[in-house]
Amino acid sequence: MKRAILIDKNDNVATVTESVKSGEEVVYTDPNSEDVVIIAKSAVPLFHKIAIKDIKKNDKIVKYGEHIGMASEDIEAGCHVHVHNVEDYRENLEERE
Amino acid sequence: MRTFWGYKRPDGKVGIRNHVLILPASICASDTTRIISRDIQGTVTFNLQLGCSQVGSDFKMTLDTLAGYGANPNVYGVIVVGLGCETAQAGLVKKEILKRTNKPVETLVIQDEGGTLKTIEKASRMAKEMVGEAAKMKREEFPLSELIMGTNCGSSDTTSGLAANPVLGKVSDIFVEEGASSVLCETTEFIGAEHILARRAKTKEIHDRIYEIIYNYEDHIKRNTGLDVREGNPSPGNKAGGLTTLEEKSLGCIHKGGSTSINNVYDYSKQIKGKEGLVIMDTPGNDASSVGGIIAGGCQFVVFTTGRGTPTGHAIAPVIKITANKDTYEKMKDNIDYDASGVISGEKTVDEAANELLDLIVDVCNGKLVQAELLGYTETAIQRTAAFV
Repeated sequence: MKRAILIDKNDNVATVTESVKSGEEVVYTDPNSEDVVIIAKSAVPLFHKIAIKDIKKNDKIVKYGEHIGMASEDIEAGCHVHVHNVEDYRENLEERE
Repeated sequence: MRTFWGYKRPDGKVGIRNHVLILPASICASDTTRIISRDIQGTVTFNLQLGCSQVGSDFKMTLDTLAGYGANPNVYGVIVVGLGCETAQAGLVKKEILKRTNKPVETLVIQDEGGTLKTIEKASRMAKEMVGEAAKMKREEFPLSELIMGTNCGSSDTTSGLAANPVLGKVSDIFVEEGASSVLCETTEFIGAEHILARRAKTKEIHDRIYEIIYNYEDHIKRNTGLDVREGNPSPGNKAGGLTTLEEKSLGCIHKGGSTSINNVYDYSKQIKGKEGLVIMDTPGNDASSVGGIIAGGCQFVVFTTGRGTPTGHAIAPVIKITANKDTYEKMKDNIDYDASGVISGEKTVDEAANELLDLIVDVCNGKLVQAELLGYTETAIQRTAAFV
């Protein structure tokens, strides 16, 4: 079993603290201090991100409780999340206020 | 309510150290203050590179920093030593200190006293007497709200954004809850997340100031070097390490300021009011310069996160260093005060580590010496806005 860290309760990605092979179990601790296990659907290198929920194309990638980018394709829970499936996306927070 | 034991100053502020500061007014007095401080126990000083051949905003920044060190509540009293012909005249430095506080301040001018040895003798006698007075002070119990905590990071790695900064952010939130102040700084590291930071501003004015300090910094670099700091950021190395976007990289840095609203933005070395929650100070990413700026602003201590380990310290305030990188902690134990690697290995939650760090901070406020103090680290840098004249 490999470990990952979830930083904020709203995050849809966790960061693995060991390198993960496809098919391996990854455990992270959720905000209620309960361990959650997901199966890696792809290899995830050390300190890279793994989707902990299904993320649709154009959905925001959330880490630290904030939007760090936008999914450029559908990303299944358990998949590696990085430059190959994330677009830079400058959120217009001024309009949202 | 948590408390600590500190020293009440005549201006009402509370220090966690009781230093007599032998303050060089300029580079030309810096070796003299070193000799004085070496001989008289209970005094501190540092190596100053500036104080002369400076003009305008550049000189004002140095003067604010020197005066801020004198006014910091960790300092019982100050002996300002000047050469005599420098821009930062000893009398001017004293006047600036007394605009900020009413503690004992003396001045000595090397050219008036008749050279190094005569100045050293007179200053040493003054210092000895002042240390004797300082030693009569007794620690009293105060709420944490009397503290202004500085945050900083340096020699960062992936574990900084992943664990050390979130742990420090949690502690920052606790200080804000207790009614204290916490200072987020290092403007260079906000780049890419300025819109997210600005959204947390308490007022429209603070919101605009956050953008202003970031854009000013970018303009300054562009004008003087032709470089665009956003270009190629995150770097290929950052990406290999798992950082996907600039937002993600910057969020890892600013997470050490926790999650509360941003209630003020201070220019470098300006006096921080205290008891106003999370505030920003506009400092560079350079460790010594950033740490020095917030201490001049009134921080009684700084918590410094590191990935690869650094010895950094300061003459008048403890710099508490933490890392979440197990290898670094093992290798650099002599320089690191808290090991947060349990968060990475899964042995501890962020909250558990934050509570341990808070206990350590209170111990340090009560007098426990940090590694940088035990090793006598006093490196000091001051931010510049212009070249020497």
